[in-house]
Formats: sequence, C-alpha cells, structure tokens
Amino acid sequence: MRPENAMKFNIDEIRKDFPILTRETQSGARVVYLDSTATSQKPVQVIEAMNAYYRRSNANIHRGVHTLAEESTALYEGARERIARFINASSAREVIYTRNTTESINLVAYSWARANLQAGDLVILTEMEHHSNLVPWQMLQAEKGIELEFIPVTEDGLLDLETYKTLLNRRPKLVSFTHMSNVLGTINPAQEMIRLAHEAGALALVDGAQSVPHLQVDVRALDADFYAFSAHKMCGPTGIGALYGKPALLEAMPPFLGGGDMIKEVKLRSFRPNTLPHKFEAGTPAIAEAIGFGAAVDYLSQIGMDAIARHEHEITSYALERLEEIPGLKLFGPSADQKGGVAAFVLDGIHPHDVAQILDRDGIAVRAGHHCAQPLHEKFGIPATSRASFYLYSTKEEVDLLVNGIYKVKELFG
Amino acid sequence: MDDLYREVIIEHYKNPTYRGQLNPHDISFADNNPLCGDHIQIDLRVDAEGTVTDARFDGHGCAISQASADLLIEAIVGKPLESIKRLGKQDVLDLLGIDLGPVRLKCALLSLKVLKAGVYGLGEASDELVEE
Ligand SMILES: Cc1ncc(COP(=O)(O)O)c(C=O)c1O
Repeated sequence: MRPENAMKFNIDEIRKDFPILTRETQSGARVVYLDSTATSQKPVQVIEAMNAYYRRSNANIHRGVHTLAEESTALYEGARERIARFINASSAREVIYTRNTTESINLVAYSWARANLQAGDLVILTEMEHHSNLVPWQMLQAEKGIELEFIPVTEDGLLDLETYKTLLNRRPKLVSFTHMSNVLGTINPAQEMIRLAHEAGALALVDGAQSVPHLQVDVRALDADFYAFSAHKMCGPTGIGALYGKPALLEAMPPFLGGGDMIKEVKLRSFRPNTLPHKFEAGTPAIAEAIGFGAAVDYLSQIGMDAIARHEHEITSYALERLEEIPGLKLFGPSADQKGGVAAFVLDGIHPHDVAQILDRDGIAVRAGHHCAQPLHEKFGIPATSRASFYLYSTKEEVDLLVNGIYKVKELFG
Repeated sequence: MDDLYREVIIEHYKNPTYRGQLNPHDISFADNNPLCGDHIQIDLRVDAEGTVTDARFDGHGCAISQASADLLIEAIVGKPLESIKRLGKQDVLDLLGIDLGPVRLKCALLSLKVLKAGVYGLGEASDELVEE
C-alpha cells in the first residue's frame, strides 16, 4: 500500500530503537527475544514519550483548567485520536481506553451482553480462543444461562468454516473470535466471518490482541461491531488497551464501572452518564500509558504496517523452514502464508519447559506452557508447547540461534 | 545454572525406576501444577507398622518434576509414614542436588506435595505442605 515505506524498512536501524535488545542475560549471552506474542519490547520513542509526560506535563486530566491539566488532557485525547486513525475508526469517540484486551472483552460481556442476552441465547466462540475470550462468556453462562458453541479447529490449525455456517443457522446473538491465534498463528478470515455473522443477525466481537500489532487492521472495512486490543503487544506500555465499538452500540450500552469521569451529573440518588467515550472510563485512567500507546502507534505507522507484516512473513517462513528440518520436532498451525509470526512446537520426549529453560542459557527467550489456550492444547492432545514468536525487530540470525539452541537441547537429552 | 540438567536428573527422567501404578494400594493421590500442566500420581503400600513397603509415581511433565518424583520415591520406600510428614523443600533440593528459581521450584516440589497430601489424607494438595 505504501511502497515508499518498504524502502525505509531497515532492520539495523529498527533494532537500535529497542535498547533492551542489546542487554545480556545471566549467562553473558545477548538476549534473543522470541516472546513478542506475550509482550513486545518497547522502542525509545515510546519510553521517552512517557518520561517526557512525567517530567513536563503530569497532571490529572479533564477537569483542570491549569496549564499542566490542559496539556495532559490534550496528550491523552490526542493519543486516542491517533489510535482511532490507526485502526481506521471513524472517530475517537469509538475508542474506549481499557487496561488490556481482557478488560475490553469483559467490558462487552458486562455491559452489552448483560443488557442484551437472555437465557438460551447463543454465543459462538472458537476452539482457539485465549482464556480471555472464553472465561467471561463462561461466567455469563453461569449467571444468565446463555449457550456457548465453538467453531472447531482443524488438524492444520484453521477454523472449520463449514461448521461455523451450520452453527449460524441457530441464530446466535454474538460471534466472538480471535483475529489471529496466539499459539497457532492462524490469521482467521475475519471479514468473511463477520459478514456471515451479520447475515445471521449476530454481532461480531473480534479479539485483536495479536492482529493489531502485526497486520494493517481496518475496523470499518472488517465491519466489526467490537474490536479489542492491548498496547503492550504493539510496542506500547502495559496497563492500557482499547475497545473499539460501533457508536450506535456504545451509545445504547449501559456504563461499565461507575465513578468519576464517566458521569455528566451526579445527584445523591442518581447520575447521568457521560458521553462517549468517557461513559466507559471511570476514575483516573492510565494517562502516561495512553500517551505511550499513542507514541507506539506513531512508531508503527511511521515504519508502516505493511512493511512490518512483510518482514515478519519473511522471518516466519524462514523459521518454519528451519524448524521443520529438525528431527523429532513437530510444529503446530498452518503454513506461513496463513499465519503470523508464531511458531509453537513440541520436541519428542522433551518437555517444553525444559526446552525453554535450556534455551535461556543462551539468552534465547521463548515461552513454554499452554499460553492461556488450554482447551486448544487439549484438542491437540498435549499439555504444553514451546513457542517462539517474531516481531519487526526479529532477525534470521536469531532464528539460527534458536535452531542451534534446539539442537543443543536434543543433545543434552540424548 | 549449568548443572540444572545434571546427568542424574536426565537419567531419572528418561529411565525412571519407580514409574507406574500400584494396584491394590493403601494410599493414592494425584495433582497438577497448573502453571505447566505437570501431573503426578503417587501410589503407596503401607504395612501394619506404618512403613512404606512399595511406592510408584505416574504422570507427565518436565524433567525436573519427573526426576524429582523418581528420586523422592526412591528415598521413601522402606521409611515410616511419620518421617514423610517431616520432609520439606530442602530435602527435595538435596535429592536433586540443585538450586532452583521460583518457577521451577514448583515443578520440583509437585511430587512432595502430592505425597504429603496422600499421607495426611487431605482432600487437596496445598503449597503449605512443602514450604519452609
Ligand atoms: C489472542 C489473545 N487474546 C487475548 C490476549 C490477552 O491480552 P491481555 O493479557 O493484554 O489482556 C492475548 C495475550 O496473550 C492474546 O494473545
């Protein structure tokens, strides 16, 4: 889309933006960070934006008239505008700050779903969901008697869309699914799935925790009703995330948390909620983090999401190719063309925790466990996987170090 | 750090002496480490004097969790139940011959937790059984 950006993608320059990538681990090895799916590293641009806020502008937002309060408010709201533009929302009022993807999904479950779902109403999820898009619905099931159905995952790690279509005949009220799996890496056909949901009369909530960091996401082109994501996985700080919602839906929803900021007027026995997006933002928010979030989308936009996706695709293809060569290693998920920068694997006879621990000696950071997707692992009949994941700063050399490390693990276990 | 995967640990992981189940048994208990899905079941046979005459462990998990189970069983066969109640964290670390960070400590102590919960006849294995 933006070919001029492709020219600018310079991995050496990008790596210089991430000071942590030059540090050493206990063993004296330089860190090889292959755990960006859990959380990304942060560029100096983000760290500096947050520092500058605390050094220069810190004040509580919205109600103050003094210089610092006005400046803080402008920075906080300015970040929201850039985040809205980043996902192509039509206005900043459609973007609600939350703590993270998990809270965004819970916001929909508490506010929209409690007001709109009744016993017997169907919500469709998938077998590849993160616990954050399972548990809120299970809680609602226990409370209200809603029904849950799951789109199955095929052996190749794709969603079984035929079964999805059959499930849609049961007239669900909501379809909630991840745009990209944090284990299999699968990029789901969100646009088509949302279109089918709408044809069946359902709303669609998309878990964008893994997609917004890695793909060009356009919530309007997708026609998503709700879209949830976290700053910390996209070069931003922890403690801040967002929920995009179509304005008509957000307007009609009851408030989530009650307190300061989310109100227009309070009497002893009543209140009037504030307008969007403030209606859903009670209490003093994570101001510095929101500003860091804004700096993160600036950073990603400046490099270009297309260029980032292209780089990750190249690294992922290379990684899958190299990993497949290793005897006794089994990869999960589809081929590189259908997935993002995630490689989850198991090694014959060696537990994923041991793999991760031994790799750590060489500074290689991979994650081991069920990655908050226990049902998906059960489906594949394994308790855990090791997972290497890639981002804009990942290199082929790092993939080589990973592969060498895995050979060392195999040697140790003989 | 480097001797975390000492030969003895890899050896007990790959070729455990006491893997299996005992049927019949006098005591059986199982639990998971929710963090990594490690699973350990321990079966004991106990004689009239309260001495462990035979024991087995079963389950799956990382080398640390499985090797420590095998070493632990080795250490308790022929011992009175009362002495098992006195076992603690340091005893397991001594058996393994290593020091562990907080995450892997949970893996190492799972078998002791299961064993003590079984010996005490508890409904659930709690972390308190292996603290100190
Ligand atoms: C697909 C997916 N959904 C949801 C989440 C939860 O994100 P957070 O912990 O930031 O709420 C994650 C993070 O691991 C994820 O990968």
